[in-house]
Amino acid sequence: MSANHDRSNLLEVRGLTKIFGSLTACDHIDLNIAKGEIHALLGENGAGKSTLVKMLFGSLEPNAGEIFWDGKPVKITSPGVAKKLGIGMVFQHFSLFEALTAAENIALSLNDGSPISTIAAKARALSFSYGLPLDPDSLVGDLSVGERQRIEIIRCLLQTPQLIILDEPTSVLTPQEADKLFETLERLRSEGKSILYISHRLEEVKRICDSATVLRHGKVVGHCNPRQETAASLARMMVGSEVKAVERAPAEGIETAPALLEIRGLTRKPATPFAIPLKNINLTVRAGEVIGIAGVAGNGQGEFFESVSGEVLQQDAGSVRIRGKDVGALSITGRRLMGAAFVPEERLGHGAAPRMKLSENLLLSRHATDGKAFVGSGGMVKNSTVYSAAQRIITAMDVRKSAPDPEAAALSGGNLQKFIVGRELDRKPSVMVVNQPTWGVDAGAAARIRQALIELARSGSAVLVISQDLDELFELSDAIAVMHNGDLSKPLPIAEATFEKIGLLMGGAEPGHAEHSLEMA
Amino acid sequence: MDITVNILLTIATAATPLLIAAIGELVVERSGVLNLGVEGMMIMGAVGGFGAGYLTGSPWIGLLAAIIVGALFSLLFAVMTLSLATNQVATGLSLTLLGLGLSGMIGTSFVGQPGVRLPNLDIPVISSIPVVGRLIFGQDPVFYISIALTAAVMWFLFRTRTGLTLRSIGDSHTSAHALGIKVIRYRYLAVIFGGACAGLAGGHLSLVYTPQWVENMSAGRGWIALALVVFASWRPWRVLAGAYIFGAVWIGQLHAQAFGIPVPSQFLSSLPYLATIVVLVLISRNKRLTMMNTPASLGQPFVPDR
Repeated sequence: MSANHDRSNLLEVRGLTKIFGSLTACDHIDLNIAKGEIHALLGENGAGKSTLVKMLFGSLEPNAGEIFWDGKPVKITSPGVAKKLGIGMVFQHFSLFEALTAAENIALSLNDGSPISTIAAKARALSFSYGLPLDPDSLVGDLSVGERQRIEIIRCLLQTPQLIILDEPTSVLTPQEADKLFETLERLRSEGKSILYISHRLEEVKRICDSATVLRHGKVVGHCNPRQETAASLARMMVGSEVKAVERAPAEGIETAPALLEIRGLTRKPATPFAIPLKNINLTVRAGEVIGIAGVAGNGQGEFFESVSGEVLQQDAGSVRIRGKDVGALSITGRRLMGAAFVPEERLGHGAAPRMKLSENLLLSRHATDGKAFVGSGGMVKNSTVYSAAQRIITAMDVRKSAPDPEAAALSGGNLQKFIVGRELDRKPSVMVVNQPTWGVDAGAAARIRQALIELARSGSAVLVISQDLDELFELSDAIAVMHNGDLSKPLPIAEATFEKIGLLMGGAEPGHAEHSLEMA
Repeated sequence: MDITVNILLTIATAATPLLIAAIGELVVERSGVLNLGVEGMMIMGAVGGFGAGYLTGSPWIGLLAAIIVGALFSLLFAVMTLSLATNQVATGLSLTLLGLGLSGMIGTSFVGQPGVRLPNLDIPVISSIPVVGRLIFGQDPVFYISIALTAAVMWFLFRTRTGLTLRSIGDSHTSAHALGIKVIRYRYLAVIFGGACAGLAGGHLSLVYTPQWVENMSAGRGWIALALVVFASWRPWRVLAGAYIFGAVWIGQLHAQAFGIPVPSQFLSSLPYLATIVVLVLISRNKRLTMMNTPASLGQPFVPDR
């Protein structure tokens, strides 16, 4: 069998299948990675990319299928086996230990007994030679996401792998950091290493990848050379149909429109030792406009959202104002009653109670604002009214589900997000604050959510969107502000904003922003 | 002078079982497992140690038996929580209840029997040097074991690669698993080590502290050991400090009660607990250090998806 396998392929995968319960996450996947190529693995969220690479790295056991390494059949039963073969992995959700130093983190994945100080020196040398400066003695919990990714990459390179798997590496980087990463990848390719590059960002795949395998619903739908494709044709392969572009009518007369959400000198001390303080944030969102907040994850966006939504109260009641009233001392319910609506980042456990039905989740978030409609005399819940309201939202947002009123956890990420956004939109809020509206949501659902947010703004509400996805912010926003290290820049009108300008701000390049501490190391 | 030395010696004897049990539990919790069964493992060690010592006449065999019984008893907890992924809090509590009941049943025939006592260290000449000789060279063997154990655990956790791996599992078992670290295996070993320590601490009670068997003779020391670990923010030398503060105030208040100081005895009895908590809270004011040392995955069951 192995005789007819081409030795120029470093890795060959034949019919790899993984079944979770009733879901076939990977269905007879075939994949070839040649020596010295950057191979893209494309697909929407939930297409089975992560499941596939987990099988290649030995963290998951395939139900069926074969893997050939350098022409020989292999069984990758654990990450240890994968490492021995020469497979290195940079995880999407970092597999780092926050309470340990960078050097200790690196030492944990190397199986030699050399002392930490030797490993630290090696890591430092290697990181500088690749232009990814790293301070091995710093505590991971103190580092930015970009810096954490450097640790992952250096850790992976120190194992001198032949194949490097990168799972969505640029989703947490500024455009400039991403450029740096591409240089590193090209250098690795020139050294004869192979790279499996997982992404849903088509432009960068076209830019650096030599070949691509596209997955949809757990199946391979095509192999192609991304350089000969257009972004649109790749998107069609990934999604399976045309994705409707989001339309944004120009906003008119916003300068004179009333300010519905005002943040004045919002300051917050870090709640935990690894948290980011908010430093004197000022922002005004007027009726009819969408303001986007860009920034690399972990620069204070979470803290900012908590302060605006009322999960955390402010000392100074005037630091958050909704429709001209001070609300800094009001709780979430108080702020909702003022006409505001909030969609947190985390869908399960924060935006929705996973084991409760959609209608129950609707009641949970709106029992105060819609008390008259949903709760009758004597505090009895009007189940039929809540149910029909939930159905109204489900229809309006095209939520796909398997039962009339399923548990929140039974929905896919994209569909649950549509429901959660729809639940707030259904109230026609005058102020809407959304954190990561389409994180992990498929392209079709994302377009629908974005369109709904724009329409809400154009109908006279103020919309504030916090997102890590720059493409999304450019699609949605009338102006983009950037959060870096707890500081918020002035909003840049969309006509003046470019990827480069926003990227520089994300990296902290503005007077007043703290210099990046590691650049000096 | 002699009185002071005697008081210091009793303090060491009171602190030793707390220290040993707490150091064992510290290793368990550093691996991310919360075993609330310390009290149960300790009392099982006490009855096992007394029984073996009484039947063979050798306190050393008794001590060894205490360690083995504690380790075996913790294995029960390990199988439940690690292999079957049961709730650690509930399982730990049942382990304590089971231990208290089982030890009482096993020990019925031992009640009132004369036990054997581990002899104190006695080096000719040196041990009879006033003050220093008795304090440093004339204590019971378990005292020396407890100090050596603390130093060894400190060295292991913060100086060895295996110790680093153990701490990493406590910080994030999912990350550790992703790196190919055998999370469950490490946790088994940690839990068994904790059980052996609790058993040894129990053996100290029935073979050194009061060489006899009395039902419930651990008298809540397992719970104090558990609290010490948390209040010491999972750091060995602080556990040592906490155990000795507790021992000192404990002995101090006993003497105060004996002298008939006009303070309600209930208040005096509660002093050791209060003093230990206050001191340990004061030394762990540094939030950052506490955060760094708290095992983030403590108490969460780990089920690798395969």
